[in-house]
Amino acid sequence: METIEKQHEKIVAKKEVDHIVVRFSGDSGDGMQLTGMQFTDTAALYGNDLSTFPDYPSEIRAPIGTVAGVSGFQVHFGSTEIFTPGDNYDVLVAMNAAALKVDLPKLKKGGIIITNTQGFDKKNLGLAKYPADVNPLEDGSLANYTVHSIDITKLTKECLVDSGLGTKEMERSKNMFVLGLLFWMFDKPMDHTVKFITEKFSKKPEIAEANIKVLQAGWNYGDNTEIFTTQFKIGPAKLPAGTYRNITGNNAIVVGLLAASEKSGLPLFIGSYPITPATDILHELSKYKANDVKTFQAEDEIAGIASAIGASYSGSLAVTTTSGPGMALKTEALGLATMLEIPLVVIDVQRGGPSTGLPTKTEQSDLLMAMFGRHGESPVPVIAATSPSDCFNTVFEACRIAVEHMTPVIFLSDGYIANGSEPWRFPNEEDLASINTSFMEEPNAPDGEVLPYKRNEFFVRPWIKPGTKGLEHRIGGLEKQDETGNVSYDAANHEKMTRLRAAKIKAIEDFIPPARPDTGYDQGKLLVLGWGSTYGAIKTAVKEMLAEGYSVAHVHLRHINPFPKNLGEILNGYDKVLIPEMNSGQLLQLIRAKYLVPAIGLSKVQGQPYTTTELKEKMLQLLNA
Amino acid sequence: METLSFEKPAALTSKDFASDMEVKWCPGCGDYSILKQVQTVFPDLGVPKENFVFVSGIGCSARFSYYMDTYGMHSIHGRAAAIASGVKASRPELSVWVVSGDGDSMSIGGNHFIHLMRKNFDINYLMFNNQIYSLTKGQYSPTSEKGKITKTSPYGTIEEPFNPSELALGAKAGFVARTLDRDPKHMQAVLKRAHHHKGTSFVEVYQNCPVFNDGAFFAFSEKETKKEEAIWLEHGKPLIFGNNEDKGIMLDGLTPIIVDLKDPEISVDNLWIHDENDKTKANLIARFFDTTFNDEHFPRPFGVIYADERPTYEDNMAEQIGMVKEKKGRVPLQKILSGDKTWTIV
Repeated sequence: METIEKQHEKIVAKKEVDHIVVRFSGDSGDGMQLTGMQFTDTAALYGNDLSTFPDYPSEIRAPIGTVAGVSGFQVHFGSTEIFTPGDNYDVLVAMNAAALKVDLPKLKKGGIIITNTQGFDKKNLGLAKYPADVNPLEDGSLANYTVHSIDITKLTKECLVDSGLGTKEMERSKNMFVLGLLFWMFDKPMDHTVKFITEKFSKKPEIAEANIKVLQAGWNYGDNTEIFTTQFKIGPAKLPAGTYRNITGNNAIVVGLLAASEKSGLPLFIGSYPITPATDILHELSKYKANDVKTFQAEDEIAGIASAIGASYSGSLAVTTTSGPGMALKTEALGLATMLEIPLVVIDVQRGGPSTGLPTKTEQSDLLMAMFGRHGESPVPVIAATSPSDCFNTVFEACRIAVEHMTPVIFLSDGYIANGSEPWRFPNEEDLASINTSFMEEPNAPDGEVLPYKRNEFFVRPWIKPGTKGLEHRIGGLEKQDETGNVSYDAANHEKMTRLRAAKIKAIEDFIPPARPDTGYDQGKLLVLGWGSTYGAIKTAVKEMLAEGYSVAHVHLRHINPFPKNLGEILNGYDKVLIPEMNSGQLLQLIRAKYLVPAIGLSKVQGQPYTTTELKEKMLQLLNA
Repeated sequence: METLSFEKPAALTSKDFASDMEVKWCPGCGDYSILKQVQTVFPDLGVPKENFVFVSGIGCSARFSYYMDTYGMHSIHGRAAAIASGVKASRPELSVWVVSGDGDSMSIGGNHFIHLMRKNFDINYLMFNNQIYSLTKGQYSPTSEKGKITKTSPYGTIEEPFNPSELALGAKAGFVARTLDRDPKHMQAVLKRAHHHKGTSFVEVYQNCPVFNDGAFFAFSEKETKKEEAIWLEHGKPLIFGNNEDKGIMLDGLTPIIVDLKDPEISVDNLWIHDENDKTKANLIARFFDTTFNDEHFPRPFGVIYADERPTYEDNMAEQIGMVKEKKGRVPLQKILSGDKTWTIV
């Protein structure tokens, strides 16, 4: 719907759209992440559903102006349900030539480009490696787009000419100009950002004032100049009733861990070593000391998990967080935790690998490592979050399994959902289930003997805290005799213990929900089976295909070890099974091996999430074959 | 008149600390003595038995945890210090003991070792140093003397050994001591001191491996050589050694010199008085290892080389938690769930 309004002396078209994708792109130092997050917060607070995708280089400050230094923040917001940050964007903010070069290919034809002309001077064009004497803003190559070239740097400085700030400080505010302009374009109020700036610079009121002034100037620029003739209106989304907040995956993990600590009655201990993209979890938890959270920045990845093992042994809810390379370092200790049979949550926020790989880019390539990456037979439950807010439920579930089944649990997230955000209808405290915790207080054998490895019907051994009188005992990494836990090299005992450890993990399948289609019916031509962060893209693609009349369904796995009990049955309900993954086919191997179904893989290993277009193309190909 | 009688808990004895596991070190191993001395002093430390926790890594020494009837974890190679840090951080009331060897501490666990010394958890760290890898049957260790012939160095090692006390001091250890398996009384005294020191206590125990490195420390333990080769440190006492206690050590500026006490010009009053709290001097004493001063050979020091308390990690942690609690208060779970910015859809 479009209405025309006369504002001041200017005619403005008000265009209502369902959803829109904006990409903020600039140099790493241009503040695009902050700009994007502020825009997102406001969109969320005013009721849009949304999904974000921060996409930044691993260098803190790559050479200024180069394509290596381009930092992007993509936000997809709408009045409809949004599950992905969007395949292509409607609006591209390009603060310099490099940003345009990197991000133009995914701008929709006819899309809007907003540029800062000073980012397209000779120097910047050269740094972005445009051929000599080529300026994309001037050579007609952008004719298919609506281009707004604005000297943002100059306007920002003019606005602050009386501020007493130095040139550099003034220029630093130019992202606020863009933000103000975008707020005008999308008819969003600025009060939230004004409050944010005031609080952020409470000790430097002159900086706060400057930023607010520039923000307002950006808004005014849209409002007053003749070049902006259209305002987009995106109404609130019709989400289920409730109270919402916007949350990233890493923050949802933090909230989930704090909730699990409270619901289990166990003090929370986190032993971790900083690593991208998992570090935010340690940052954030470090703020909760008043909740008796003990955060331990260990000397290395191994000490991170080792300290967590010590804390778990002593009766804490113990967690270690990491990403691929750190996960590799933790594997020996994870074997120990498996042998000791103590609760431990290992959070792997996956990134592109192997080795240092792509630290800031996303991938799902640690699945087989999570499943099998230990010496000996050492089964460990593996669960994966599907979206930023789902990290809450999934990490809570990881804690529950760890504590109630006395086992280390691997929780898989990835860079995409770790940093991406979405609205979350957070639960009420009282609606969260309790995690059953019990410590052994008395000897558990009739003769008063302590049997640390005597199991219950689900093969779970008791948790015994040091300091409990009369229960002194030894545990360790050496194979142990069934029940007593004493060192045993007996051949038959080793096989028995190996099987018991496996049976304990398998028994968890009775405590997890069955698999069921998230979208579509439980029988049909094509099932798309996913796990982890591909959820949003698959859901969107399958919904669209269903709407177009195809016989497709979507099942998404949270529990990968053990699988839901009924997964085999589910798989048999469809003619074909497609498994898209951001790896070369790891779940694919597991599914084929376990269920002997000829599942077909779709693989993408580019450090970037799937687009719905890519998924739909593959689905169509299979359906038409 | 009625009298109230209190049943005093039965006093603990060394037997209470012996587990029912058969001890399986080689006959004549120095580890037997260490186990005995630990079991001897433990009843007197005033700690409830259930509050002792042993954490060990891998190696002959690491079996120690199985033989103590306390809480214990036999873990993985080199990581005992890190695991023990987690135990102490979460449960400061426990008396945590790490048992490790020279390979476990100084080689595979080197990183955890130095960081434990720096972080200063109140943990007692016993490093059984036999200057050899024994469990893997005779390879050189990071404390083996240069040139040592072992299975992996048939032509002699080409690397310098660590001086553990110097390393510990360099890593900011607040308590550094050395003792040896063949002097039970001395070891008992050092163990007690280590226990009472608040902060990480590093105790290096020279431990004879009769199978792969027999006699490595005999110079310091056997009658014939002991008095000339070893010096027994006592706080506030002059540094005296020698067969007839006729040698002393003086300080000329920061250079130690050995003096002859028979020399009428030299008085005991001129000697270096051992001061455990003096880090500069402790650094010098620690270097009575492979450093010569003015080409002179110095006796190996035993006893408490350095002891100076500073706040422990767990105390700092508790203090900070208390401070933040006071300042901000516990955040209710519902507030954590909702965060700062919410909106409602009706």
